[in-house]
Amino acid sequence: MAVDLNMNVLIVDDYQTMLRILRNLLRQLNFKNIDEASDGSEALKKLRAKPFGLIISDWNMEPMTGIQLLREVRADEKLKHIPFVMITAESKSENVIAAKEAGVSNYIVKPFNAETLKGKLISVLGDF
Amino acid sequence: MATGSIDPELAARLKEIGMEPGGTVKIEEIGEVVDAILSTMQGDLTAVDVKLYEELEGLQRFIVEAKTDIAALRPDEVKEEFLPKAADELDAIVEATAEATNAIMDAVSEIEDVMGKLKGKNAEQLMNATTKIYEACGFQDITGQRITKVVGALQHIEEKVDALLNAFGDEISKYKAANPKKEAPVEAQTPTDQDLLHGPQLKEKAMSQDDIDALLSSFD
Repeated sequence: MAVDLNMNVLIVDDYQTMLRILRNLLRQLNFKNIDEASDGSEALKKLRAKPFGLIISDWNMEPMTGIQLLREVRADEKLKHIPFVMITAESKSENVIAAKEAGVSNYIVKPFNAETLKGKLISVLGDF
Repeated sequence: MATGSIDPELAARLKEIGMEPGGTVKIEEIGEVVDAILSTMQGDLTAVDVKLYEELEGLQRFIVEAKTDIAALRPDEVKEEFLPKAADELDAIVEATAEATNAIMDAVSEIEDVMGKLKGKNAEQLMNATTKIYEACGFQDITGQRITKVVGALQHIEEKVDALLNAFGDEISKYKAANPKKEAPVEAQTPTDQDLLHGPQLKEKAMSQDDIDALLSSFD
Protein backbone atom coordinates (compact mmCIF):
# COMPACT_ATOMS: atom_id res chain seq x y z
CA MET A 1 0.00 0.00 0.00
CA ALA A 2 1.38 3.37 -1.02
CA VAL A 3 2.25 5.86 1.65
CA ASP A 4 -0.26 8.68 1.87
CA LEU A 5 1.91 11.77 1.55
CA ASN A 6 -1.11 13.90 2.48
CA MET A 7 -1.35 12.40 5.96
CA ASN A 8 -0.71 14.65 8.95
CA VAL A 9 2.84 14.38 10.28
CA LEU A 10 3.68 15.76 13.73
CA ILE A 11 7.26 16.87 14.39
CA VAL A 12 8.19 17.54 18.02
CA ASP A 13 11.33 19.39 19.11
CA ASP A 14 12.12 22.23 21.50
CA TYR A 15 14.66 23.72 19.08
CA GLN A 16 12.94 25.91 16.51
CA THR A 17 15.88 25.40 14.17
CA MET A 18 15.47 21.63 14.24
CA LEU A 19 11.72 21.93 13.61
CA ARG A 20 12.50 24.06 10.61
CA ILE A 21 15.12 21.61 9.31
CA LEU A 22 12.76 18.66 9.73
CA ARG A 23 9.88 20.51 8.11
CA ASN A 24 12.03 21.38 5.08
CA LEU A 25 13.47 17.89 4.73
CA LEU A 26 9.99 16.33 4.98
CA ARG A 27 8.72 18.81 2.44
CA GLN A 28 11.51 17.76 0.10
CA LEU A 29 10.33 14.16 0.62
CA ASN A 30 6.90 15.37 -0.58
CA PHE A 31 5.03 15.24 2.74
CA LYS A 32 2.37 17.92 2.45
CA ASN A 33 0.84 18.33 5.92
CA ILE A 34 3.38 18.91 8.65
CA ASP A 35 2.44 20.15 12.11
CA GLU A 36 4.80 21.13 14.95
CA ALA A 37 4.97 20.92 18.74
CA SER A 38 7.71 22.07 21.08
CA ASP A 39 7.36 19.37 23.74
CA GLY A 40 5.48 16.19 24.57
CA SER A 41 2.51 17.82 26.27
CA GLU A 42 1.82 20.17 23.36
CA ALA A 43 2.22 17.19 21.01
CA LEU A 44 -0.36 15.16 22.96
CA LYS A 45 -2.90 17.98 22.70
CA LYS A 46 -2.41 18.12 18.93
CA LEU A 47 -2.53 14.34 18.59
CA ARG A 48 -5.88 14.26 20.41
CA ALA A 49 -7.31 17.06 18.27
CA LYS A 50 -6.93 15.51 14.81
CA PRO A 51 -5.67 12.29 13.18
CA PHE A 52 -1.94 11.90 12.51
CA GLY A 53 -0.16 9.27 10.44
CA LEU A 54 3.37 9.78 11.80
CA ILE A 55 5.13 11.26 14.83
CA ILE A 56 8.78 12.33 14.67
CA SER A 57 10.02 13.44 18.07
CA ASP A 58 13.12 14.63 19.86
CA TRP A 59 13.89 13.05 23.24
CA ASN A 60 15.27 15.84 25.40
CA MET A 61 12.47 18.38 25.93
CA GLU A 62 10.68 20.00 28.85
CA PRO A 63 8.26 19.63 30.51
CA MET A 64 7.35 16.37 28.75
CA THR A 65 10.22 14.45 27.15
CA GLY A 66 10.08 12.38 23.99
CA ILE A 67 10.14 9.07 25.85
CA GLN A 68 7.25 10.20 28.06
CA LEU A 69 5.33 11.23 24.95
CA LEU A 70 6.04 7.82 23.41
CA ARG A 71 4.72 6.04 26.52
CA GLU A 72 1.61 8.23 26.56
CA VAL A 73 0.97 7.54 22.89
CA ARG A 74 1.42 3.80 23.26
CA ALA A 75 -0.89 3.76 26.30
CA ASP A 76 -3.66 5.58 24.45
CA GLU A 77 -6.05 3.30 22.55
CA LYS A 78 -6.71 5.92 19.91
CA LEU A 79 -3.08 6.89 19.33
CA LYS A 80 -1.08 3.71 19.92
CA HIS A 81 -1.08 2.63 16.26
CA ILE A 82 0.74 5.80 15.07
CA PRO A 83 4.33 5.15 13.92
CA PHE A 84 6.73 6.98 16.23
CA VAL A 85 10.27 7.86 15.15
CA MET A 86 12.66 9.25 17.74
CA ILE A 87 15.29 11.69 16.43
CA THR A 88 17.73 12.54 19.19
CA ALA A 89 21.31 13.23 20.23
CA GLU A 90 20.85 10.66 23.02
CA SER A 91 22.88 7.83 21.56
CA LYS A 92 23.60 5.59 24.56
CA SER A 93 22.46 2.00 24.20
CA GLU A 94 20.35 2.37 27.36
CA ASN A 95 18.36 5.11 25.61
CA VAL A 96 17.79 3.01 22.52
CA ILE A 97 16.73 0.05 24.66
CA ALA A 98 14.35 2.20 26.73
CA ALA A 99 12.81 3.62 23.56
CA LYS A 100 12.44 0.15 22.02
CA GLU A 101 10.81 -1.14 25.20
CA ALA A 102 8.41 1.81 25.13
CA GLY A 103 7.42 0.92 21.58
CA VAL A 104 9.43 3.23 19.31
CA SER A 105 9.10 2.45 15.61
CA ASN A 106 12.57 3.65 14.69
CA TYR A 107 15.42 5.67 16.15
CA ILE A 108 17.62 8.26 14.42
CA VAL A 109 20.70 9.77 16.05
CA LYS A 110 21.51 13.45 15.51
CA PRO A 111 23.23 14.72 13.49
CA PHE A 112 21.45 12.86 10.72
CA ASN A 113 21.15 13.29 6.99
CA ALA A 114 18.19 13.28 4.61
CA GLU A 115 19.08 9.85 3.31
CA THR A 116 18.97 8.34 6.81
CA LEU A 117 15.66 10.09 7.49
CA LYS A 118 14.16 8.79 4.26
CA GLY A 119 15.50 5.25 4.86
CA LYS A 120 14.02 5.09 8.36
CA LEU A 121 10.69 6.50 7.23
CA ILE A 122 10.52 3.89 4.45
CA SER A 123 11.24 1.15 7.00
CA VAL A 124 8.38 2.43 9.17
CA LEU A 125 5.81 3.47 6.56
CA GLY A 126 6.75 1.47 3.48
CA ASP A 127 8.22 2.75 0.22
CA PHE A 128 7.25 6.17 -1.08
CA MET B 1 42.45 19.13 81.24
CA ALA B 2 45.60 17.05 81.60
CA THR B 3 43.52 14.14 82.68
CA GLY B 4 39.95 13.55 83.68
CA SER B 5 36.72 14.69 82.03
CA ILE B 6 36.29 17.20 79.23
CA ASP B 7 35.64 20.86 80.06
CA PRO B 8 31.83 21.25 80.37
CA GLU B 9 31.76 24.44 78.29
CA LEU B 10 33.75 22.75 75.53
CA ALA B 11 31.55 19.66 75.73
CA ALA B 12 28.45 21.82 75.29
CA ARG B 13 30.01 23.59 72.30
CA LEU B 14 30.97 20.28 70.68
CA LYS B 15 27.41 19.02 71.18
CA GLU B 16 26.06 22.22 69.61
CA ILE B 17 28.35 21.87 66.58
CA GLY B 18 27.38 18.22 66.21
CA MET B 19 23.72 19.20 65.96
CA GLU B 20 24.25 21.71 63.16
CA PRO B 21 22.32 20.80 60.02
CA GLY B 22 23.97 19.88 56.74
CA GLY B 23 26.64 17.53 58.09
CA THR B 24 29.44 20.09 57.64
CA VAL B 25 31.32 22.15 60.19
CA LYS B 26 32.64 25.61 59.49
CA ILE B 27 36.41 25.85 59.46
CA GLU B 28 36.19 28.70 62.01
CA GLU B 29 34.39 26.34 64.39
CA ILE B 30 37.12 23.71 64.10
CA GLY B 31 39.71 26.36 64.89
CA GLU B 32 37.61 27.52 67.83
CA VAL B 33 37.40 23.99 69.25
CA VAL B 34 41.14 23.41 68.82
CA ASP B 35 41.78 26.73 70.60
CA ALA B 36 39.45 25.72 73.42
CA ILE B 37 41.14 22.35 73.85
CA LEU B 38 44.57 23.97 73.93
CA SER B 39 43.50 26.59 76.46
CA THR B 40 42.00 23.99 78.81
CA MET B 41 45.13 21.85 78.85
CA GLN B 42 46.64 22.90 82.16
CA GLY B 43 48.23 21.35 85.20
CA ASP B 44 50.38 18.24 85.18
CA LEU B 45 50.77 17.11 81.62
CA THR B 46 51.62 13.53 80.79
CA ALA B 47 53.77 12.59 77.77
CA VAL B 48 50.60 11.69 75.91
CA ASP B 49 49.08 15.08 76.73
CA VAL B 50 52.19 16.84 75.45
CA LYS B 51 52.08 14.83 72.22
CA LEU B 52 48.39 15.66 71.85
CA TYR B 53 49.15 19.31 72.55
CA GLU B 54 51.79 19.36 69.80
CA GLU B 55 49.43 17.68 67.34
CA LEU B 56 46.68 20.16 68.13
CA GLU B 57 49.06 23.09 67.77
CA GLY B 58 50.08 21.70 64.37
CA LEU B 59 46.43 21.35 63.39
CA GLN B 60 45.74 24.90 64.52
CA ARG B 61 48.62 26.25 62.39
CA PHE B 62 47.41 24.20 59.42
CA ILE B 63 43.87 25.57 59.75
CA VAL B 64 45.10 29.16 59.94
CA GLU B 65 47.29 28.69 56.85
CA ALA B 66 44.54 26.87 54.93
CA LYS B 67 42.07 29.66 55.74
CA THR B 68 44.47 32.28 54.43
CA ASP B 69 45.34 30.27 51.31
CA ILE B 70 41.69 29.65 50.45
CA ALA B 71 40.72 33.27 51.08
CA ALA B 72 43.59 34.33 48.77
CA LEU B 73 42.02 32.28 45.97
CA ARG B 74 39.11 34.74 46.13
CA PRO B 75 36.22 32.31 45.53
CA ASP B 76 33.93 35.35 45.79
CA GLU B 77 35.40 36.62 42.52
CA VAL B 78 34.84 33.24 40.88
CA LYS B 79 31.16 33.38 41.85
CA GLU B 80 30.49 37.06 41.21
CA GLU B 81 32.63 37.69 38.16
CA PHE B 82 33.98 34.69 36.28
CA LEU B 83 31.04 32.26 36.43
CA PRO B 84 28.40 34.80 35.28
CA LYS B 85 30.76 35.96 32.50
CA ALA B 86 31.20 32.37 31.28
CA ALA B 87 27.43 31.79 31.32
CA ASP B 88 26.82 35.02 29.35
CA GLU B 89 29.37 34.01 26.72
CA LEU B 90 27.74 30.60 26.32
CA ASP B 91 24.29 32.17 25.95
CA ALA B 92 25.72 34.48 23.30
CA ILE B 93 27.08 31.48 21.36
CA VAL B 94 23.66 29.82 21.31
CA GLU B 95 21.98 33.05 20.24
CA ALA B 96 24.50 33.79 17.49
CA THR B 97 24.43 30.28 16.03
CA ALA B 98 20.61 30.27 16.06
CA GLU B 99 20.53 33.60 14.24
CA ALA B 100 23.08 32.45 11.67
CA THR B 101 21.28 29.16 11.10
CA ASN B 102 17.97 30.88 10.55
CA ALA B 103 19.57 33.33 8.14
CA ILE B 104 21.06 30.42 6.18
CA MET B 105 17.68 28.68 6.06
CA ASP B 106 15.93 31.88 4.93
CA ALA B 107 18.40 32.07 2.07
CA VAL B 108 17.80 28.42 1.21
CA SER B 109 14.04 29.05 1.12
CA GLU B 110 14.66 31.74 -1.51
CA ILE B 111 16.79 29.30 -3.51
CA GLU B 112 13.95 26.76 -3.26
CA ASP B 113 11.52 29.33 -4.66
CA VAL B 114 13.76 29.69 -7.72
CA MET B 115 14.23 25.91 -7.82
CA GLY B 116 10.45 25.51 -8.19
CA LYS B 117 10.65 27.30 -11.50
CA LEU B 118 13.38 25.03 -12.85
CA LYS B 119 13.09 21.56 -14.32
CA GLY B 120 15.27 18.52 -14.89
CA LYS B 121 18.91 18.23 -13.87
CA ASN B 122 19.28 21.82 -12.66
CA ALA B 123 16.35 21.46 -10.26
CA GLU B 124 17.73 18.14 -9.02
CA GLN B 125 21.19 19.61 -8.43
CA LEU B 126 19.75 22.50 -6.47
CA MET B 127 17.55 20.15 -4.46
CA ASN B 128 20.57 18.04 -3.47
CA ALA B 129 22.52 21.15 -2.47
CA THR B 130 19.70 22.60 -0.37
CA THR B 131 19.16 19.25 1.34
CA LYS B 132 22.83 19.20 2.32
CA ILE B 133 22.51 22.72 3.72
CA TYR B 134 19.50 21.70 5.85
CA GLU B 135 21.39 18.67 7.12
CA ALA B 136 24.41 20.78 8.03
CA CYS B 137 22.22 23.29 9.88
CA GLY B 138 21.53 20.55 12.42
CA PHE B 139 24.84 21.56 14.05
CA GLN B 140 23.00 24.32 15.89
CA ASP B 141 20.81 21.85 17.72
CA ILE B 142 23.77 19.68 18.73
CA THR B 143 25.98 22.58 19.84
CA GLY B 144 23.04 24.03 21.78
CA GLN B 145 22.62 20.76 23.68
CA ARG B 146 26.34 20.50 24.39
CA ILE B 147 26.41 24.07 25.69
CA THR B 148 23.44 23.33 27.94
CA LYS B 149 25.53 20.55 29.48
CA VAL B 150 28.41 22.95 30.07
CA VAL B 151 26.02 25.44 31.71
CA GLY B 152 24.89 22.61 34.01
CA ALA B 153 28.53 21.96 34.96
CA LEU B 154 29.00 25.67 35.70
CA GLN B 155 25.94 25.64 37.96
CA HIS B 156 27.46 22.70 39.84
CA ILE B 157 30.72 24.63 40.29
CA GLU B 158 28.72 27.64 41.51
CA GLU B 159 27.06 25.50 44.19
CA LYS B 160 30.48 24.28 45.38
CA VAL B 161 31.85 27.83 45.42
CA ASP B 162 28.78 28.90 47.41
CA ALA B 163 29.56 26.23 50.00
CA LEU B 164 33.14 27.47 50.13
CA LEU B 165 31.96 31.06 50.59
CA ASN B 166 29.65 29.99 53.41
CA ALA B 167 32.48 28.19 55.16
CA PHE B 168 35.09 30.92 54.66
CA GLY B 169 32.97 34.05 54.33
CA ASP B 170 34.53 35.89 57.30
CA GLU B 171 38.03 34.94 56.30
CA ILE B 172 37.48 36.14 52.72
CA SER B 173 36.10 39.48 53.95
CA LYS B 174 39.15 39.91 56.16
CA TYR B 175 41.44 39.03 53.26
CA LYS B 176 39.66 41.49 50.94
CA ALA B 177 39.96 44.26 53.53
CA ALA B 178 43.64 43.52 54.06
CA ASN B 179 44.40 43.15 50.32
CA PRO B 180 42.38 45.74 48.41
CA LYS B 181 42.66 45.66 44.61
CA LYS B 182 45.43 48.02 43.59
CA GLU B 183 44.53 50.86 41.26
CA ALA B 184 46.74 50.79 38.20
CA PRO B 185 49.33 53.53 38.40
CA VAL B 186 48.66 56.46 36.07
CA GLU B 187 51.58 55.64 33.77
CA ALA B 188 50.30 52.05 33.35
CA GLN B 189 46.78 53.02 32.32
CA THR B 190 47.59 52.83 28.61
CA PRO B 191 46.44 49.31 27.73
CA THR B 192 49.05 46.81 26.67
CA ASP B 193 48.63 44.70 23.53
CA GLN B 194 47.54 41.86 25.80
CA ASP B 195 44.92 44.09 27.46
CA LEU B 196 43.43 44.72 24.01
CA LEU B 197 42.68 41.05 23.36
CA HIS B 198 39.07 40.99 24.58
CA GLY B 199 37.56 38.70 21.96
CA PRO B 200 34.03 39.31 20.69
CA GLN B 201 31.85 41.50 22.91
CA LEU B 202 28.45 40.48 24.19
CA LYS B 203 25.72 42.14 22.14
CA GLU B 204 24.43 44.39 24.90
CA LYS B 205 27.93 45.52 25.82
CA ALA B 206 29.33 45.88 22.32
CA MET B 207 29.72 49.22 20.54
CA SER B 208 27.64 49.56 17.41
CA GLN B 209 29.19 50.63 14.11
CA ASP B 210 27.50 54.01 14.67
CA ASP B 211 29.21 54.32 18.08
CA ILE B 212 32.55 53.47 16.51
CA ASP B 213 32.04 55.93 13.66
CA ALA B 214 31.15 58.61 16.19
CA LEU B 215 34.24 57.82 18.25
CA LEU B 216 36.46 57.97 15.19
CA SER B 217 34.89 61.25 14.12
CA SER B 218 35.61 62.71 17.55
CA PHE B 219 39.32 62.58 16.68
CA ASP B 220 38.84 64.75 13.59
